[in-house]
Amino acid sequence: MKRVVITGAGTINALGHSVAATFEAMHAGRCGIGPLEFRDVERLAIRIGGQVHGFEAEGRFNRQQMSLYDRFTQFTLIAAKEAIAQSGLEFHGELSAKSGVVLGTAGGGVSTWDDNYRSVYEDGKNRVHPFVVPKLMNNAAASHVSMEFNLKGPSFTVSTACASSNHAMAQAFQMVRSGMSPAMVTGGSESMLCFGGVKAWEGLRVMSKEACRPFSANRNGMVQGEGAGIFVFEDYDHARARGAEILCEVLGFAMSSDASDIVMPSKQGAARAIAGALKDGGINPEQVGYINAHGTGTVANDKTECAAVADVFGPHADRLMISSTKSMHGHLIGGTGAVELLACIMALKEGVIAPTIGYEEPDPECALDVVPNTARDARIEVALSNAFAFGGLNAVLALGRV
Amino acid sequence: MSTRDKVIAIVAEQALLAPSDVTLTSTLDDLGIDSMGLVECIFAIEEEFDISIPFNANTPDESDFDISNVAAIIAGIDKLVSQKP
Repeated sequence: MKRVVITGAGTINALGHSVAATFEAMHAGRCGIGPLEFRDVERLAIRIGGQVHGFEAEGRFNRQQMSLYDRFTQFTLIAAKEAIAQSGLEFHGELSAKSGVVLGTAGGGVSTWDDNYRSVYEDGKNRVHPFVVPKLMNNAAASHVSMEFNLKGPSFTVSTACASSNHAMAQAFQMVRSGMSPAMVTGGSESMLCFGGVKAWEGLRVMSKEACRPFSANRNGMVQGEGAGIFVFEDYDHARARGAEILCEVLGFAMSSDASDIVMPSKQGAARAIAGALKDGGINPEQVGYINAHGTGTVANDKTECAAVADVFGPHADRLMISSTKSMHGHLIGGTGAVELLACIMALKEGVIAPTIGYEEPDPECALDVVPNTARDARIEVALSNAFAFGGLNAVLALGRV
Repeated sequence: MSTRDKVIAIVAEQALLAPSDVTLTSTLDDLGIDSMGLVECIFAIEEEFDISIPFNANTPDESDFDISNVAAIIAGIDKLVSQKP
């Protein structure tokens, strides 16, 4: 089996339009959540979100591209460009033939669905743009990355709700680890912050109108975000041979299915995924210094997740740090694991643990070190990134310092 | 149908019971309605009465809308209906 390292990272999210800007915001504990701005927002009960601001697709993409790129694809391409540039890889010949793109998204081109349904139902139009289908399809982003960067190997999109990115990155990890691909572009993207996207979530009655306060006793729900996180996973020997900068190593992963409820999380399912990732990576529980929590800010997730961590780590659960950066960038749904992987990279490479902001009151059911409100300096060996999706599908990645 | 009959019909449908099995003092728990069933009941009530019920599943006890039993739900609906513009 090959060792797998990350040699490139890119992002755009509510905290910043690059990895450096995102790290800076996470370090400062800045909140990217604010009033939503889009058509018909006044008809929503939930009007806050982690929206990407100051981003104009016009000018970055030409007219032909704009007719094909939904916002989730735009985010993906911007993040992929940053990640691949950092990696220094250029895909030609055999490298191109074997390297592909595996991305996660839950909704794909949600705003393209939304805009065109509005057009035919509300505006009564009887004709839509010819590229609606290639624009909204869930694999559009992966396909455009493959075309833009000449990636001709295995490429596809994974959709497992809030665990999509982690499941996608787990696939990319497998491909590099097995020797099937020397490098894979992976991560995920989401852009559901449009009227229909938020209206659907509003119906579940689990959204907060004020803030995302994971682990805090007064938490009252999740807040949606949007954006993308893209990484280059590379064979360690391949990266070393070309003198690439290594951000961290991907040590292991595990997936599990609760097989129990379509929305309520399961402690056992989460614990099996966490323990499985440790086993897969050959990691002792005591080596884990930081967990980037799924930490949605719902009552159900946060207490279940803390109980699962306590079960897996025993007494060490009280010594490790666990934070939810969703408090800052919101819940990116299918893209969330990708943006949250950045917090793990920051912890391993920069020695900075991102905080859980908005934390106000301790909850006895979440009695772990949740790094409240202020980032912390710490040198850690291993970090985990949790994702537990609706439908009971869990995926946990384990990363190590190199 | 009165508010009472409409609410009982909605709750009974969600609980898979006959309306005659639902009383004013029944709690949703008694009727076997879980958190997802509750959210569906609230949606059905909002549609039936054209009202908006302030309810967050994360903080059911903090809501102004009392869901402790069927009578409380009916009283809450009557109040919201009377406040309609």
